[in-house]
Amino acid sequence: MTTMDARSMGASVRRIEGPDKVTGTATYAGDTVADGTLVLHPVQATVARGEITAIDTAVAEALPGVVAVLTHRDAPTLGDTGDPEHRVLQGTTIHHRGQFVAAVLAEHAEVAAEAAGLVVVTVDEAPSTTGFDPDGEAYAPSALANGQPADSGAGDPDAALAAAPVVVRASYATPMEHHNPMEPHTTTATWVDGRLEVFEATQGVESSRQTLATLFDVEVVVHASHVGGGFGSKGLHAGTVLAVLAARTVPGRPVRFALGRRQMFEAVGYRPATLQHLSLGASHDGRLEVVAHDVVGATARYKEFVEPAGGSTRSMYAAPHRRTSHRAVPLDLDGPTYMRGPGEAPGSFGLECAMDELAVALDLDPIELRVRNEPEVHPENGLPFSSRGLVECLRTGAERFGWSSWDRAPRRRLVDGWWHGVGVGCGTFPTLRFPGSTAEITFTGGRYVVAIGAADIGQGARTVLTQIAADALGVDVTAIAVEIGSTQVPVGSIAGGSAGTASWGSTVVEAADRFRDKYGENPDDGDHADAATPDNPWAGEYAMAAYVAQFAEVAVHADTGEIRVPRLLGMFGVGRILNPTLGRSQLQGGMVWGLSMALHEESVVDPRFGEVINHDFAGYHVASNADVRRVEAEWIDEDDPYVNPMGAKGIGEIGIVGVAAAIANAAYHATGVRVRSLPITCDDFLTSGLLSP
Amino acid sequence: MKPFTYARPAVASEAVTTLAADPDARFLAGGTNLLDHLKLGVVEPSQLVDVSRVTGTAIEELADGGLRIDAGVPNSDLAADARVRERYPAVAAAILAGASGQLRNMASTGGNLLQRTRCAYFADPTTPCTKRDLSQGCSARGGWARYHAVLGTAADGCIATHPSDLAVALVALDAQVQVLGPDGARTIPIGEFHRLPGDDPTRDTVLAHGDLVTAVDLPATTPAVRNSTYRKVRDRASYAFALVSAAVALEVADGTVVDVRIALGGVAHKPWRATTAEATLRGRPATDDEFRAAIAAELDAAAPVDSPLGGNAFKIPLVTGTVVSTLRALAGGAA
Amino acid sequence: MSTTIPMSITVDGERHDLAVDPRTTLLDALRERLRVTTAKKGCDHGQCGACTVLLDGRRVLSCLTLAVAKDGSHVVTADGLATDDGLHPVTEAFLAYDAYQCGFCTPGQICSAVGAIDEARRGMPSAVTADLTGEVTLDRTEIAERMSGNLCRCAAYVNIVSAVEDAAHGTAPRSSTLEAQA
Ligand SMILES: Cc1cc2nc3c(=O)[nH]c(=O)nc-3n(C[C@H](O)[C@H](O)[C@H](O)COP(=O)(O)OP(=O)(O)OC[C@H]3O[C@@H](n4cnc5c(N)ncnc54)[C@H](O)[C@@H]3O)c2cc1C
Ligand code: SF4
Ligand code: FES
Ligand code: FES
Repeated sequence: MTTMDARSMGASVRRIEGPDKVTGTATYAGDTVADGTLVLHPVQATVARGEITAIDTAVAEALPGVVAVLTHRDAPTLGDTGDPEHRVLQGTTIHHRGQFVAAVLAEHAEVAAEAAGLVVVTVDEAPSTTGFDPDGEAYAPSALANGQPADSGAGDPDAALAAAPVVVRASYATPMEHHNPMEPHTTTATWVDGRLEVFEATQGVESSRQTLATLFDVEVVVHASHVGGGFGSKGLHAGTVLAVLAARTVPGRPVRFALGRRQMFEAVGYRPATLQHLSLGASHDGRLEVVAHDVVGATARYKEFVEPAGGSTRSMYAAPHRRTSHRAVPLDLDGPTYMRGPGEAPGSFGLECAMDELAVALDLDPIELRVRNEPEVHPENGLPFSSRGLVECLRTGAERFGWSSWDRAPRRRLVDGWWHGVGVGCGTFPTLRFPGSTAEITFTGGRYVVAIGAADIGQGARTVLTQIAADALGVDVTAIAVEIGSTQVPVGSIAGGSAGTASWGSTVVEAADRFRDKYGENPDDGDHADAATPDNPWAGEYAMAAYVAQFAEVAVHADTGEIRVPRLLGMFGVGRILNPTLGRSQLQGGMVWGLSMALHEESVVDPRFGEVINHDFAGYHVASNADVRRVEAEWIDEDDPYVNPMGAKGIGEIGIVGVAAAIANAAYHATGVRVRSLPITCDDFLTSGLLSP
Repeated sequence: MKPFTYARPAVASEAVTTLAADPDARFLAGGTNLLDHLKLGVVEPSQLVDVSRVTGTAIEELADGGLRIDAGVPNSDLAADARVRERYPAVAAAILAGASGQLRNMASTGGNLLQRTRCAYFADPTTPCTKRDLSQGCSARGGWARYHAVLGTAADGCIATHPSDLAVALVALDAQVQVLGPDGARTIPIGEFHRLPGDDPTRDTVLAHGDLVTAVDLPATTPAVRNSTYRKVRDRASYAFALVSAAVALEVADGTVVDVRIALGGVAHKPWRATTAEATLRGRPATDDEFRAAIAAELDAAAPVDSPLGGNAFKIPLVTGTVVSTLRALAGGAA
Repeated sequence: MSTTIPMSITVDGERHDLAVDPRTTLLDALRERLRVTTAKKGCDHGQCGACTVLLDGRRVLSCLTLAVAKDGSHVVTADGLATDDGLHPVTEAFLAYDAYQCGFCTPGQICSAVGAIDEARRGMPSAVTADLTGEVTLDRTEIAERMSGNLCRCAAYVNIVSAVEDAAHGTAPRSSTLEAQA
C-alpha cells in the first residue's frame, strides 16, 4: 500500500476564494440581493414548557408593512424527518424556551421586529427542568450521539481499583457551550412554481435538500457557496423550516431569515454540560491497571443527543481493566448537537487532567507516564493502528517546547508577579470517511471541471479539492476548476466529522482514475466521468485516528488570579498535510478553540427562566485577539496508506482536543491549584488561598 | 423596536428644551449604548434628540490649571490627548481599558458617563428587573451575579454595577460635571453624579429629564494624579467589562504615603471612592501590609451575594489583590 | 411604519440618496437598502466587529450607528479600499498570511486594521502601550489589543496579527509568496 504521489498536495496553494473574501464580495446566505425580498422575524416561546392556548396576531397584522403572520393554526402538516426539531408550527406544545411559535413576514426588518413584539401568545406553563444537575434523574441511553454504545469495558475495573497501588479518583466538569459561528444561521428561500430554492448557511447542501424535500414534498435546490463557519451547528435547524414555511405563503418572493445572536443560544444546538468521574489505578512504575471514565451529561428531553465524552478513552491508553459509561440527564432545553470535537473535546479534559494527577501521585513526568501506557493495538477492539503518532508527537513536541527545562514541582516560577507553569494534554480524533458523495469530472475549454456538492465552511475545501484533483489527474492546479456548494452539482456528504476532505477527496480521486481510464491523457472537450465514494477496503482491518500532544505555558497573576496562556504548541500526527498554510490555520484555529474552552466559554442557564442568560458576545466570551499569544501548530511526518489515497487524516477537530487539559495542568504546575471545572477563571485561584507569594 | 422620531437641534439649549418637552424623548450621542437598548426593547423612546453636533468636541485649558472636556469628545480622542496622557494618566488608561477601538471612536464623553448597567437581566425584558421596572423584583439575586455589586447594596435591592471605566477614573480625580438643564447650567461633582440604588434603582445618576451633560472638568493635576493609573481585571484580556477595576493615584515620600486616591469599578451601583482606605493609608508606610490593611478596612462593609449560578464573594480577594498590586506598582515596586 | 427621512451617503465612492426609517442602522441601510453586503452582521449589538466600516476615515461599528445621524458622510467598506493600483496593502497582507478562514469576519477585520494602523500612526495609545506619553510601536502585542474589537470564531488571530504587522510596516509580502491560485 502506498499513498498517491503529491505534486500539488503539500503545497501552500492560496485559498481560491481568497480575493472575494478579503474584499467582502464573497456571497453568504444573507448576501443574495433580489427585489422584493421579505424579512422574517420569529416569535419565540418565553417559557421552557407548556401549551399554547391562544395567539393573537391582529395588532401585528394591522401594522403597515406586515405581509403575513404565521402560526401553527395555518401551517401545513410537514413530512416526517424523524427529528422533532423540524416539526415547526406543528402544534401547541412548547418543548423549550426560544422555540418558534409564530413568525412575522414584512417588507423591512424594523417592521418585522416591531410586529413580532405585538403578537400575543398565551401559554399554559408546565413545570420544567433546565438546570443541569448531575445527581438528577438520569437514564442509560441506548447509544451515544455517534452511534457507539453508551458503555464499554473489559476485566473487573472496580476490583482492579481496589487492588491498585496508586489510585486517582476525581471528577471534572465541563459546561454547556455554544458554537457561535460568526455568520448567524441564515436562510434566503424562494418558493416558485412548486420548486423551492434556498440559499442556506449549511455544512451540507445535500442533507439540507433531503430534509426540506421530506418536510415539504417539493423539488428543492440548495446553495451555499460560502459559509461563515459552522463548527457542527450548521445542520438544518428549525429556523430554516420556519423560513421555508413563510416562503411557501408568498410564492415568487424571496424570504430572508437571519437569526439574531441571542436566537443562536436557543435554536441551533450546543455542546451539553458533562460531569466526568475518572478513576485511574496504576502500578508504582506507572503502568495503568485500570481506566474508568463514567460520564453524566445533559441531553434535551424532546431530542436526545448524548455527548460521547468517554469515547476516546476507549482507545487512548492500554490497561487490562477498563470501563466507560454514559448517563443522560434530560432537560427542557433545545437539542444539543455536535460541536467541534464532540466527545473528544470535553472527554479529553477529564482523562488528560486525571493522567496529570496520576503523574503527580506517581512523581513521574507526565510525558513518560503516557509513553509507558501506549497501547500496541486498539485496547478495546484489538485492531492494529493504521498509524499512531502519539509517542512521537509527545517526544518531538516536548523537545520543541523546551519541556525539560522546567522543574516538575509546582509553584516554582514567579516572574514579574505572575506564576508560570507548563502542562501537557493529549488527544485523538477518529479518521472517518462518509459514504454517499459523487464527483463528476468534465473536460471543457482545456480545464477539468470537478463538481461535487461539498461545503467550504472556512476549512478550505475548495482549495484542497483542487489540489487533490490536480494530483489525481496529474495536472497543474491551474487546469482544475472545482464547483461545490450547491445541489446543482453532484451529491456531496456533509462538512463534518473532520471527514469532509477524506470523503470528497477519495471520491474525486476515484472519479479522476475513471476519467483517465476512459479517456487517457488527452481527453476531448466534453469528456466526462463520475464516481461514487469508494469504500475503504481497510475499514475493518485497522483502527484509524489522528493524534495530538498539546503543550501549554500558563501564567497566573499572583495577586489577582488572572490567567493567561503565553504559549501553546500542538504537535500533530494527522497523516499528510495537504496544504501547510491552510492546514496550519485550521489547527491553530482549533487550538484557540481549546484555549477559549479552557478560559472563557460557558453558557449559564438560569433555570428560573429556562434560558441561557449570558446570551450574547458580551456575556458569552470567546477568545479575543488579545487572549491569543504564541500558538504554534506543528506536525510529524506521517505516511498512512490505509486511511485514504491522499493519506490525509482529518484536521478540523483534532486541534481543540487536549488543549483545555494542557492549560489546566499547566495552571496546576504554575500555582499548585488544581482546577477541575471549566472555564478556569481568576476566582478559582483567588479562593484557593494559595496565591500571593 | 417601536417607531421614534429623530431631531437634530443646532444648539444645546434647543436640545434641552426639545427633550424637556417630551417625557419619552432621549438624547442620542454616539449611540453605542442607546441603540443597543433600543434593539433589545430596554428603552422605547418616542423621540431621539441627536446631541452629537451640539455638545462640542474640544479639550480646553481651564484657568485653574485643569482641563475642560466637551461632552462630545470621542473616547478615543480623549485618551489620545497629550495633556490628558501626561497630566491624568488614569483617565487615558481607563478609557483604553474599555470597549474596543471602534467603540471608543464612536462613544462620547457624556454618553460614557450615562451608559447603563450591563446586568444581563436588565438587558433582557423577559426577566424581571427592579431597575427597569420598580414593580418587579431583581433577577440577578439568585441568578448570574458574577459581575454584580458587593458594596453599597441594600437587602433585596438592585445589585447592578456601573460599567463605565472612565467614570471610575474621574471619580478618583474629583472631576466636575457641567450640566445644562431646563433651568440653566449647573456643576455637579462627579462623586455626587452617580447614585446608589437606594429606593429608586431606576435612576443611575442625579440628572433629571432634560439635563444635558455639556462638559467634564478635570481639576489641576497633582503629584499623585501624575502618578496614577487604571487597573482592570476582566474575564477576557480585552473587549470585556470589568470584574473589578481600580483607578489609583499615589504620592510617596520617604517611604510614606503623602497622597492617595482610590476609586473602584465593578463593585457598586456607582464608581466607588474608597475613602476609608485612603484615610487609613495617608501618612502610613507604603508597604504591602499597610495597603492590604487599608483595603480590608474599605471592604469591611462589603456584602457579597451568594447564588447557585455564581456569586461574587471572590470579588473581596480580587479587589484586595487588584488594589494592593496597583499601589505597589505606583510606589515603585513590581506589579 | 414610521415616516422616512431623506438622506444621502457616499459608499465606496458612490453617492446614494435614499429615505430611511429613523430606526434603520447604517449597517441595515448598507445591506438592505443599498445592497452593499460587504459589511457583515455578526451580532447587531456592537459585540463582534463584523460590521466595521470606515466612517469619514475612522473605524466604527455600523450596527450601532443610526443611518439618519450620518447624513452626508462617507463610508468605506472592505470592497472600497482598493485603488487603481490594486488591492489595499492590508487586504494584500490578509491574503498573503491566510488571515481568514470562513471569511465572514474578514471585511470588518480589514477595515478595522486600516483604522488601527492609522490610529497608531497618529500616536494614539492603547491599553498595552507601556508608556502612555511615549511613542507607539505597533508590535504584535499592540496589534492584538487594537484588533480585539473584531472577534474571529475561526480564530485566525495569529495570522491576522502577522498580516497587520507586515502591512503596518510596509513589508507585507504580496500574494506571490504563496503560490497563486488558478
Ligand atoms: C460591546 C461593548 C463593550 C463595551 N465595553 C466597555 C467597557 O469595557 N468599558 C466602558 O466603560 N464602556 C464600555 N462600553 C460602553 C461604551 O463605552 C458606552 O456605550 C459609550 O461610552 C456610551 O457613549 P455614547 O456616546 O455612545 O452614548 P449613547 O449610547 O449615545 O447614550 C448613552 C446614554 O447617555 C445619554 N446621553 C448621551 N449623551 C448625553 C449627554 N451629553 N447628556 C445627557 N445624556 C446623554 C443617552 O440618552 C443614553 O441614555 C462598551 C459598549 C459595547 C457595545
Ligand atoms: S441587579 Fe439591578 S439591573 Fe440587574 S436584575 Fe437586579 S434590579 Fe435589574
Ligand atoms: S454586527 Fe456590529 S459589532 Fe457585531
Ligand atoms: S474567518 Fe471565520 S470568523 Fe473570522
